[in-house]
This record gives sequence, structure tokens and C-alpha cells, in this order.
Amino acid sequence: SAMAAQMTDAHRRFLQVLMSHGIMEGSEARKLHQRSCEIHKVYYAHDKLDHFISTINSHLQPLFMQIRKGMSEGDGRAHYALVNLAETEITKMASDYAENELELFRKTMDLIMLSENGFASSTDILNLADQLKTKKMKKKEAEQVLKVFVEDKWLSENNGEYTLHTRCIIEMEQYILNNYQDVARKCNICHSLAIQSQVCESCGTGMHLPCVKKYFRAQTEPRCPQCNDFWTLDVP
Amino acid sequence: QADDADDDLIPTPTHSQVQRNLARHPQDQLNQRASELVQYLLVRDQKKIPIRRADILKKIIREYRDVYSEIIARARKTLEQVFGLQLVEIDPKHHIYILISTLPRTPGENLHRDNQVAKLGLLIVILSFIFMKGNLVKDGSSLLLPRLITSVPPRERHEVFGDVKKLITEEFVRQKYLEITP
Repeated sequence: SAMAAQMTDAHRRFLQVLMSHGIMEGSEARKLHQRSCEIHKVYYAHDKLDHFISTINSHLQPLFMQIRKGMSEGDGRAHYALVNLAETEITKMASDYAENELELFRKTMDLIMLSENGFASSTDILNLADQLKTKKMKKKEAEQVLKVFVEDKWLSENNGEYTLHTRCIIEMEQYILNNYQDVARKCNICHSLAIQSQVCESCGTGMHLPCVKKYFRAQTEPRCPQCNDFWTLDVP
Repeated sequence: QADDADDDLIPTPTHSQVQRNLARHPQDQLNQRASELVQYLLVRDQKKIPIRRADILKKIIREYRDVYSEIIARARKTLEQVFGLQLVEIDPKHHIYILISTLPRTPGENLHRDNQVAKLGLLIVILSFIFMKGNLVKDGSSLLLPRLITSVPPRERHEVFGDVKKLITEEFVRQKYLEITP
């Protein structure tokens, strides 16, 4: 069982590299798994990545850390992130950013959570900058801060619109579900938090775009999995 | 510094004193404190900020000062066994630590995020420059160097490095790669 399995240098190497990246895409993680086992001459089987990670997780558990798997909402790809379970996640960011930067992040998260499509426009976020209660920020400064949030993988940017980075969603899922109870949506198919989603016009059920695509692939007609009404929205 | 002076006033407990002190604290509390210390060390190390013992005592150990050597020992063990990281004292006078990997280095390994790699590249060029000049570079000529490499006048923002002067005179100094003496 995973509990009994010892950490080897292969596990440690995997953990060090994942830690320095914060989050890794599935194929990257598989390559790293293979390379780590090869370098340290540890038994390797290509389909044993999850077991390999369970071993690491059993040792991370007393430290309130875990390697968690999540899906990117954009392309549906699996990602692995090292998350900290000990504190509520905003306080974890607290040591990295100034008070007003954290306030800007929280307000950006509000905009994202309250939006239709899971995105907040650059314009809307920058307009918040000089209304901050902690300490006002000039637009130029706020632009820089947003850039740092993107670099640090809390936010993702696409054509001037910002959403939560996959890493942020994996780390903060519980925080978001607790603090945005009324607006936070769970995907009807995979049951994980959905920031970007398509919503059924009849019954209001929401799903991740990659999950919707996958679900409809197996059907002749696109129909809502919840109420069975015809799905009217465009599935890319 | 006031914190360092505070540090020196702790008499180093003897082994038997530590054992007696340990009995006073519940085991799970000690382990909890050691876990917090591991997390603190990892976070500081990720940012490449050297860790001061004074900070460890003030922020993490706090009221468990009497058994701090035991907590540090437990944290050390966890870091080695789970992460393959070693806590190394780089400054015995001011008690400053860094974490280094115990794993053998392999070529072509990218442990850092992209702009970190770029910063290290710049740093290596600077260090080479300093080395060639005999380990000491007067301030005027050292600022010439980044201008030569980056073609950015000191006050403008560079695309990758941002505020170049700040990077060299503050960040690299804080990370203990460079030292500026007045």
C-alpha cells in the first residue's frame, strides 16, 4: 500500500521539481516521473504515476500539504499542483504581497466569480485600483501587480481578460466554495468547481467546457444531462 | 541588531535539560511546530531569501524556545527524508541558513521558472565580471555592465528584469549573491 512505501530519491526529485514549478501539466509530470525513476534507478512503470504520487502524499500529509490533480478549464488537460492545506489560501498569499495587492486580488476574484463567463476585464479591474480601502493604487501600478499575479500563477490572462489560473483553482477550491457559496458553481459532470462554464438555459445546470465537449461526443444530439432539454449553446 | 543580541542571550540547553523541557510540551504540539517550521523554510527558500535564526525563533518557535533545538532537528529530518533538502548554515555569526538539495545534480535540469533562469544568467555574467576584476568592482563600473548587456539606461524598466538597478543592488544583495560595501 502507498502508506508503507518509502520515499526514494526519485520521489524527492519529483517533489523538488514540482515544488519549484508550483503546477505541472500531466504529460510534463509523466516525463518527470520517468526521468526521476531513471536517474535514481528506481522501479518505473508508466501507468504508476498516481501510485508514485500517493507515496509522496502520504509523507506530505503530516505537513498539511498535498499533490492534487485538477483540470485546466481551457483545454481540459490534467495538471498536478502542490497545495497547502493548512491555511485558508488567501492568508497563504499574505506573506508574498502587500495589503493593497491582496485587496486587489480579492476584488478581482469577486469580479470573476460574479461574471457570466468567469472572466474579468482589464478595464474593470484597473477601475478598482483607486477605490482600494487599504491603499489606493495608480493604474500603472495595478497593471504591474496583475502581471505579477499572472507570473505567480494566481491569474491567467487572455486578450485583456483575466480568470483564475488552474493552480489557483486547485489550491483555492475549498476557500472559493466556502466564501462564494451563493455564486460558486460545480460542474455537473466532474463535480469540481467551475469558474468558466456553460449553463443550461432551461435548468441552470453548469458544466466545464471540456466536460461538455466530452459528454456530447458520446451523444447523437446535444442534451442537458440534468433536465434533458436540447442544448442550445454553441459548443466550440 | 537587536534580534541577534536577543539570540545570543539564550544559553544553549544541555541535552538533559532539553529532554526535561520536551516532557513539558505535548508531542503533537511539538510535531505541529516542526511542520510549521518546515513550511516556513520551504517558502523562504522558494523565494531565495536566506533564513535568519532570529526570524525562526520569533515567528515559528515562539514560546517553545526552550526546545528549539529539538524542533529544528525534527524539521531538518523531515526536510531530508521527504524533500531531499539540507538546512545549511551559511553565516555562523549571524545564524543565516539556506536549503540545498542533497540529490545529485543532472545536466540540463530546469528547476526554476523562466524569469528566474534569466536572472541567474545575468547574475553569472556579473559574477564573472567581478571575478575577472579581482573580486572587487567599483560602483561606477558595475553599473556599466548591465547597461552593456541589456542596453537599458538605469532608470527604465527592462522587459525581463524590470528595474535592473534594483535587481542588482537590492535583490541580489538580499539573496547574498552580491555584497555592496560603501
